[in-house]
Formats: sequence, structure tokens, C-alpha cells
Amino acid sequence: MSPKALDYESLNENVKKVQYAVRGELYLRASELQKEGKKIIFTNVGNPHALGQKPLTFPRQVVALCQAPFLLDDPNVGLLFPADAIARAKHYLSLTSGGLGAYSDSRGLPGVRKEVADFIGRRDGYPSDPELIFLTDGASKGVMQILNAIIRGEGDGVLVPVPQYPLYSAAIALFGGSLVPYYLEETANWGLDVADLRQSVAQARRKGITVRAMVIINPGNPTGQCLSAANLREILQFCYQENLVLLGDEVYQQNIYQDERPFISVKKVLMDMGGPMSKEVQLVSFHSVSKGYWGECGQRGGYFEMTNIPPRTVDEIYKIASISLSPNVPAMIFLGLMVNPPKPGDISYDQFVRESKEILESLRRRARIMTDGFNSCRNVVCNFTEGAMYSFPQIRLPPRAIEAAKKAGKVPDVFYCLKLLEATGISTVPGSGFGQKEGVFHLRTTILPAEEDMPAIMASFKKFNDEFMEQYEDHRGYSRM
Amino acid sequence: MRRFVADKAKSLFHLSRSFQRRPEPLNPLQSLLLTRFLSSTSIVDCPSPSPSSSTMDPPTPLTLHTINPKVLKCEYAVRGEVVTIAQRLQQELKDNPGSHPFDEILYCNIGNPQSLGQQPITFFREVLALCDHPSLLDKSETSGLFSADSIDRAWTILDQIPGRATGAYSHSQGIKGLRDAIAAGIEARDGFPSDPNDIFLTDGASPGVHMMMQLLIRSESDGILCPIPQYPLYSASIALHGGTLVPYYLDEATGWGLEISDLKKQLAAAKSKGLSVRALVVINPGNPTGQVLSEENQRQIVEFCKKEGLVLLADEVYQENVYVPDKQFHSFKKVVRSMGYGDEDIALVSFQSVSKGYYGECGKRGGYMEVTGFSADIKEQIYKVASVNLCSNISGQILASLVMNPPKVGDESYESYRGERDGILSSLARRAKTLEDALNSLEGVTCNKAEGAMYLFPRIRLPEKAIKAAEAANTAPDAFYCKRLLNATGVVVVPGSGFGQVPGTWHFRCTILPQEDKIPAVVSRLTEFHRGFMDEFRD
Repeated sequence: MSPKALDYESLNENVKKVQYAVRGELYLRASELQKEGKKIIFTNVGNPHALGQKPLTFPRQVVALCQAPFLLDDPNVGLLFPADAIARAKHYLSLTSGGLGAYSDSRGLPGVRKEVADFIGRRDGYPSDPELIFLTDGASKGVMQILNAIIRGEGDGVLVPVPQYPLYSAAIALFGGSLVPYYLEETANWGLDVADLRQSVAQARRKGITVRAMVIINPGNPTGQCLSAANLREILQFCYQENLVLLGDEVYQQNIYQDERPFISVKKVLMDMGGPMSKEVQLVSFHSVSKGYWGECGQRGGYFEMTNIPPRTVDEIYKIASISLSPNVPAMIFLGLMVNPPKPGDISYDQFVRESKEILESLRRRARIMTDGFNSCRNVVCNFTEGAMYSFPQIRLPPRAIEAAKKAGKVPDVFYCLKLLEATGISTVPGSGFGQKEGVFHLRTTILPAEEDMPAIMASFKKFNDEFMEQYEDHRGYSRM
Repeated sequence: MRRFVADKAKSLFHLSRSFQRRPEPLNPLQSLLLTRFLSSTSIVDCPSPSPSSSTMDPPTPLTLHTINPKVLKCEYAVRGEVVTIAQRLQQELKDNPGSHPFDEILYCNIGNPQSLGQQPITFFREVLALCDHPSLLDKSETSGLFSADSIDRAWTILDQIPGRATGAYSHSQGIKGLRDAIAAGIEARDGFPSDPNDIFLTDGASPGVHMMMQLLIRSESDGILCPIPQYPLYSASIALHGGTLVPYYLDEATGWGLEISDLKKQLAAAKSKGLSVRALVVINPGNPTGQVLSEENQRQIVEFCKKEGLVLLADEVYQENVYVPDKQFHSFKKVVRSMGYGDEDIALVSFQSVSKGYYGECGKRGGYMEVTGFSADIKEQIYKVASVNLCSNISGQILASLVMNPPKVGDESYESYRGERDGILSSLARRAKTLEDALNSLEGVTCNKAEGAMYLFPRIRLPEKAIKAAEAANTAPDAFYCKRLLNATGVVVVPGSGFGQVPGTWHFRCTILPQEDKIPAVVSRLTEFHRGFMDEFRD
């Protein structure tokens, strides 16, 4: 018998430690059930097009033309494509050196990076340097590249919000670092308390961990909260004092469903603060074409912008990017179009605005429908989805349910979510996949199912939940909170 | 004594001024001095230090001093120093035409065919455009602009995608229907079945390589056997993951042959140093060396891996680039199966990409790895790591399925597809020969034939004077040559040291990709430069 080349024993330990619940146990079970013929509603991942959201027309027209430039030479192309899409395709092709099929600069097409910089400048009111903007195959790749540069070993800690999007915990595990949690306060609308941050850092340092960086997700995932300018100032001040690199995950910046706290980029707040801070706090900001009203997840398009990272460090990050040669070029065109959409007067403007508004207004309504639907269940408390794409209700589980879960060898929220899946076909992600306080249980669902399906989905959930409570409740009391 | 006190005071002053922002981590002594200094003096305009920051804990913003050292360690010459200089020269030419003795920069450093004028395969682009914008399929005008079989193929592909949503994240291994198509393509190529569940679609082949290195490398005690010369993705990835590269030398004298005896020798040497050798990387056809392995050679490699318990990592991205009639590409999967070996016998990962071949779609980032011979729990782990990134780009996935299932005889697009394909491949073969001959005609230069892939890797014998001049310029001799070549001709090549070479030998890698009409200029510029260089440095 040949010696086994790679078995579980000899696998890199860091890989073993990685967890990514978004496509973990619940998703795998849901896929199994789907194969058996059960109708599944996948609300496990922020994947709008998979739930019926249509792609915006204009970008698809532009990319199709870039994909098949011979169309541009055809006299009949105007029968299929509007003139502004044709012009834009020619524009983006001119930014490439050989069309979509050539590797670009490892940081992405310079012309698109310039468009991104211009967008950031307009958005924030401060100039942005295209040389410090790197395009990546999705924002996740960018996050991985930056964390890989920061983490030297398990002695390096990264502050991550709890609950968090588990890309961060997975990446930290993969690179052998230490996750330093800071807890968002559910009763204060998932607010962030700097005192709690200090405590987390002090605790980590007592364990001998060097805290290197802090992650904020704004708007939050899974929590949806939108940070105020005051909050962002506190965070920046904290990072300045503690010498932390701030990672600002802002991929949901276009998904805002309330008017009290519009999106404000952490870069803008930093620049507004001025003084030595604005020149010294190290910040990396991430954005993507996957979310917003674009929802172009499958393109894998994203970017990060570096602020106050020393030039030679930027060079090293560039070097790592160059090993993978270049990000995919079609996604760069989506990015360019996202930061430079049709303008008033353009042929496609009205259609573009109509399509975008429809999506955003519907998301806002769905955020409300879901929150209210969850809150109508007596054992469920759900903060309003201020932004992003998720609802993260707290499910209070009776002691007997928790016992039953233990007996089944499952974490209580996994137990609940599996039962929910089997009863209704709704595939969610248990809160334990994101982190939560001890003894408190949640699930994450997206607000993405079609608006017309929402009432039925919420009714289906309520029916399951009420039956579950019937089964396990004995009026002894609930899980804490 | 006074000098010491003055120096100490100076350093304390420097520290106090830099307290507000310490750009470099303090060593413990500096930290101690600073704390003492602070306790006896008040500092204006200093933010009140939180208890945590006045401890021995060094400040750690992200700088070269605190960056992950593995990042510092890795190198990737294909886009390294010579290329940076080339980009500067290109800008200079743009800003100031005539400022250099050449009109344009010719990037022969990187296998990027479409950046040098190679055209994409029309049928592939038709299908991709239709999949990018499926509403085209509902319009009657579309049949006037697209071939009928591209429309059919687009329909087939879209029907395999839930909701026809090409903008949705797919299954983390890639869309099932596309994997089915790729598996069918692999079976048609090899004559042995392929399981779609063994296929992981990735953003190019490179991420797949990184994934495998991540799984295999636990510490620097884990070694990976790599050919020298090699494509530096491997050395970079090994460094990035903290492992150790174990070199095995391809033999230039025998057309870059791979000797099993050398493999065995290197393995033994590595083991005696306490390394645990986990895998063997084979690039076939080779990069930068271009050799196509004989089946016999491949069988020996398979036996070696099976006997030694090594994972065989087969980089086969150039499988469609074979230019010599006496050699043929055989996939390692085919060789393994034809030897009667199954999943219990040998662990094999085969990498393919849409970037090379005759399709050259580098910018799309499409590729896959076929993972065979691993236990279910390992496959689960590979899936898990893939899932963190959710999925590879859909357009690239579609393209990978097209590359493995191009138009067949009888399809409407077959003739034009065949014409485009054969045109590109025969042109590549001609360019390979022309450049090979030209290089062999240069004084002190020998160049093995490019049997496959996209590169020539000539050996240059540098005169002693040149080597001394390089040393004086603090540059490796081959880099010195390449920089001189660039500055004189605008031709960008990569020094051999970027790929590894037998110590004391010098090479450079040049692609065969400039369009055929540019080749004479490349040849004449290179020849003229080399003559001048040898005139200057000849012993």
C-alpha cells in the first residue's frame, strides 16, 4: 500500500481551523435536499441575482460589446445596442492593451483605477490617488491580501466585530493569526463602544498578542447597522492611539435603508479630522460590484484603496498581486461603470435610474417587511436592517430546545436552522457562524427573496417558529436576553 | 563620555519627537529609555498615552519592518525589476518621442498573447457576449450578428445556470453543468473518465496552485520538489506559505530532460536535511524551458510519486502548445490511468487554464484543477477553502468549458474556429523556430528548441568583463544583460535568475509572442545589440 501523500493528519493545521458557515453545514444540507427535489429558498448568502434580481441593462450591454469587439464593426450593431453603450465599450477597450483577453497591470487597468479615484474624490470631497487603488477579483481577495501582509504569526491579533462576516475569521485562521473579538451591542442597535474595544485590546495584550489591525464593516454584515460620523471618529482616534491598521469593509455603501445615518466613508471622516491623524492613521477601504443595487457577485470585481501605507509596503503588496498576474478584466469594466454610471442626458440614463431605484426601493421595503415579520414572533427580537442585505433576528430558545440540540450533537441555533430548513425550505445561516454572545442565538437571512414572495416566506417562518415553540416550550423561561 | 551623553540625549530627543507617531517598532532598550524619559518630563501636544501603549509593546503600524516576512521573502521576476524599468521607458517615450533609440517597448517578458495582437477565438467571444447579456437571445436581430451554433451553445450554458443568472455566485467548485462539460472534454482528450466532482474552477490556474500549497505546507520543514528552471509562481507560492523549495535540475544538455536519478538524489538530500517532501511539481510542456515530456518519462515520474508518497502537481496549462511533430501532449491523468492506477494509488492535481493554448485569454482568469486520489475529507477541506472566496468568476468558468469543448466537425463555426486555431498555432511554431535560430546564431548563445509552451530560454555565455561590470553595478550578470538589452532595443525579457538555473550559467526568457511581422525587427535589434555587447565586453 503506497504511503498516503496527503491525508487529514498531515494537512496544514491552519486549513483545518478555517470555518465559513455561509457555505457550511446548513448550505450543504439545503443543497442535498434540493437534489432530492425539495424547493429551497437560499437566503444564506448575499447573492441577489440568484433570487431573481435582474442585472442592470447598461453594464451588460457594455461588457457584451467589449467581449465581442467584432460587433462594433458590424453596421447593424445599433439595432441591438444603444449608442452610449457602444461609446462606453469603445472607451473601456481603449483602456486595455489588447482587449479583455490580455493580463492587465497587476493592480488593474490604470484607466479604471483613475475612474475609481475620481469617484472616491467626488464621494468624499478629498482627492484619491489611483496608484493606491488596487483592483481585485472580488473584495474578498483584497481582504486576504491585506491580512496576509499584516499577519506574521499567531502573536498578531486582528480586532474583528462580533457578529462578523466570517471571511475575516476564516482569513485570520488561514494565515495563522489571532482573532481579537469586540462585541457589538444588540440592545444599542448593534452599536460599538470604544470602552469595549479598549477592554478587548487589553485582554489580548495580556495574553501576549500584538494587536495589529481592526476591521469595521459599515454598513454591517450580518448586523446591518450604519455607523455615525461620531462613531467613525471614535474608531479612528482609537486606531491612532493604538497604532492599528484600520480595514474598512464598505461593500454595502449603496445599501442604506434609513435616512438618519447616510453612508459616510471612513476615509472621509479621517480626512475631515485633519491634522497629524489624517496623515498617519493607516487605512485600507474595500468596495465591490457584488452588492449595492448591482449585485454582480459572479463577476468577482472589487478594489481596495490604501491610505497612509508607506510606499515600500505598497510595493510589497503590489508584488504579491503580481504573482497572480492580474485580476479579471471584465470585472474591471463593471467597476468602472459602477463608479461612472450613465449621466443625465445619456440615452441609457432613464432606464438605468429606473432599474436602480426599483431595486433599492424594494430592498428598503423588504428590509422593513422582514424586520416586522420577525418581530411579530413572540420569541424573536430583530433590530431593523439599516443597511446591507441581511436580517439577523435573535431567536430566544426554550431550555428544552437547547437540551434537544445538545442531544442531537448540534449547537442550538444550528439545530433550529436545520429544523427550519427541513420544515420550510428556507436556508439560513445560524448565528454561531458569525459569532454572538454566549447563550444568545441568532440566524442570518438575506432580504433578497422577491418582494412578492416575502409575505409567504415570513408566514412560513412564523408558522414553523410557533410550532417549534409549541413543541419545546414549557414556560420555564427562555435563553438569555 | 560627553559624546556618549550627548548621543544618548540626542536619541531620547529623537524618540520623544517621534512618540506621537512611531514609524518603526522600538527595540526593548529604546522603549525603556522612552518610558524613563516620559516619566520625568512632560510633553506638549502628545496624545495621552493609553496604559497599553506605554508598555514594552512595540507599535505596529504596517511597514516593511512589521509586514509578514513571508511576503518580503517571495519574488516574482516575470513582473519584476526589468519590467518596472520598461514601464518607465514606455512613459518616457510617450512624453518625449525620440528620447530612446527605439520607437516602442516590446514586452517579451510575459505569456500575454492578446496584448501583442493575437486575436481571440471568435466563437468563444460570441458565446461569452451572449452569456454576458442574455437578453440578446430574445431579439430577432441577434441571429444576424451571431453564428447559430454560438447562440445554441449560449442557450445550453444558460440553461445550466440557475435562473440564467450569470451574475450570481455559483457553487464554490463552479457551475455543475460546466464541470460536466469539462469532465466530458477531459474524457474525450484522454480516453479515461473524469468526475465533475473532482473539478474546481478557479480564477486562472494560479489560485489553484496557491490552494494546494496552502494545504500541503505546514511549516518550513515541508518541502516541495520543483523543476529548475521553473515558472516562479511555484517558488513564490512556496515562500508565501512558509515552505521550502526542493530543486531538481532539468538537464539543458539533453533538451531540458528530466532525470529520475536526479529526482531521487534531490529527494534523498532533502530528507537527510530533515525535510518532509510533500509534492512534486511538473510543468508539461515546460515553462520557461518548453520541453514536452515523453510518455516513458511521465510513467517514471508517476512511479516515483507513487513509491515516495508524493502528491503530483501537474501544471498542464500549455497542453495545446506543442510545435514539434515528434512530440505529443499526454496528460498525467491519462498516463496514470493507462498504467492501471486509480485513486487509491496516487494523488494527482492537474491544472489547466484559459490563458494559453491558442485561445490566450489571460485577462479572463479562467482555469481549473482536477483533483484525484484524495480522500473525501481532504476534498472537503479543499471545498471549504474554495468556499471562503465563494466562487471564481462566471465568465471565466464558461470560457473554461468552451476551451475543453470547442466546436466540432459539422458545427457551423467549426471551419472558422479551425482556421483561427491552426493559424495561431502554426504561427507560434514558426515564430518559435525563427527566434530559436536567431538566438543560436548569436556569439556564445545556445538555445534549446521550444517544443511547446510560449518561451525560449537561451543560455548566454557572458565574458568575464561583463560579469565584473555587472558586479560593479550590483546586479546579477543576466539581469545586467537584460537591462542593457532593454535600454538599447526596447525589448523586455526576464533574466534567467528569475526562474532558477545551474549556478554559474546565465539565461533569459523571451516569449515567442510578438506578432509575426514584428519578429524580424526583434531579431535584428537583438542581433545588433548582442554584437555590440560582445564587442564591448569580449575577453
